[in-house]
Amino acid sequence: MLRPLAGLTCHTSPVAANPPILKGILVLLVCQLVGEVAVRLSGVQFPGPVVGMLLFLLLLRTRKPAETSSLVAGPTLLLRHLNLLFIPAGVGIVAYLGRVRDDAGPLAAGLWVSWLVGFVATALVASWLLRHVKERP
Amino acid sequence: VTALEVGFHGTETWDWITTSPLFGITITVAGYALGRWLHARTKSPVFQPVLVAMVLIVVVLKVGDISYAEYLVGGNYVAFWLGAATVALALPLHQEWHLVRRAAVPVLVGVLTGALVSITAAVLVTRWAGGSEQLQLTMAPKAATTPVSLALSTQIGGIPALTAALTILAGITGAILGPWVLDRIGVRDLRARGIAMGSVTHGIGTARALQESRTEGAFSALCMGLTAVATSVLVPVLLLVL
Repeated sequence: MLRPLAGLTCHTSPVAANPPILKGILVLLVCQLVGEVAVRLSGVQFPGPVVGMLLFLLLLRTRKPAETSSLVAGPTLLLRHLNLLFIPAGVGIVAYLGRVRDDAGPLAAGLWVSWLVGFVATALVASWLLRHVKERP
Repeated sequence: VTALEVGFHGTETWDWITTSPLFGITITVAGYALGRWLHARTKSPVFQPVLVAMVLIVVVLKVGDISYAEYLVGGNYVAFWLGAATVALALPLHQEWHLVRRAAVPVLVGVLTGALVSITAAVLVTRWAGGSEQLQLTMAPKAATTPVSLALSTQIGGIPALTAALTILAGITGAILGPWVLDRIGVRDLRARGIAMGSVTHGIGTARALQESRTEGAFSALCMGLTAVATSVLVPVLLLVL
């Protein structure tokens, strides 16, 4: 019985090297949960995590946490490896696209041409506006 | 002899490996780690960690005769965190808020341009390339983030699973080619780069944008969210006129 208690009291000093993340991760999960529940209750077809993102933004704008806060460290940890989280879905497309070979031509053309046109148009419009529209104070 | 047979196809241990979440999680992290290592080594944009991991995992699944569903037993544990990570995108947005709030007009017009052009081009190009009407509908919402494109595809009569696949492919294309295209057309403003990445390549492009700079990532995250709204509204409207 003494050992775990002794272990607990030893934990107080060096924390700087390992920033606390637990509360930050918990806040992310709660924001997502509230967002998911909200879209389901309202019946709107919209991703719950995006609503959660807005909630979390609201929290950050009002709380303005310090850089060392777990509200910063938790999200930072997840965002550092954001790419990793897309891999399972990416593997799925390889499995799926093999089944639509007959439509490969129109699919490839539709996907990549529209991607390029949309991307270039957005970039040029945004960069022109950033140069020519007077910035809000 | 037994030590050799233990890891072999068809044995109990093999069954355990392929049905345990540990397999899918390990192979996903391993593929990602290898992809990052290759990317750091070669500095080549072709070696996107996601792409390297995908190829590696597909090869392993093929060789081991493991189905995608079996892989997802572990893969889903990794993919689960995507929701929390989307919420986490509020952090760069908060940190770059002083830039974001002053660029409201370029952001909003950029998002609307992106949604309008992406949807229109997706439908028309697919049509001109000989795609059926269902294929055009399937292509229409692909610039929005996956949950939105999937729901829209269902709503308008597309093939939802194919829309999801196309959405992810559009994202991967953006992550690999996006920054290169932006360099070619001379768009160097990090804010404009972020607006383009988020509006047309959603979360996967945003992950790449975050690697380039926090400013670019913040604008990308914001535009990804706004594009979800714009696409939801514009797809049903544009389909009436196209």
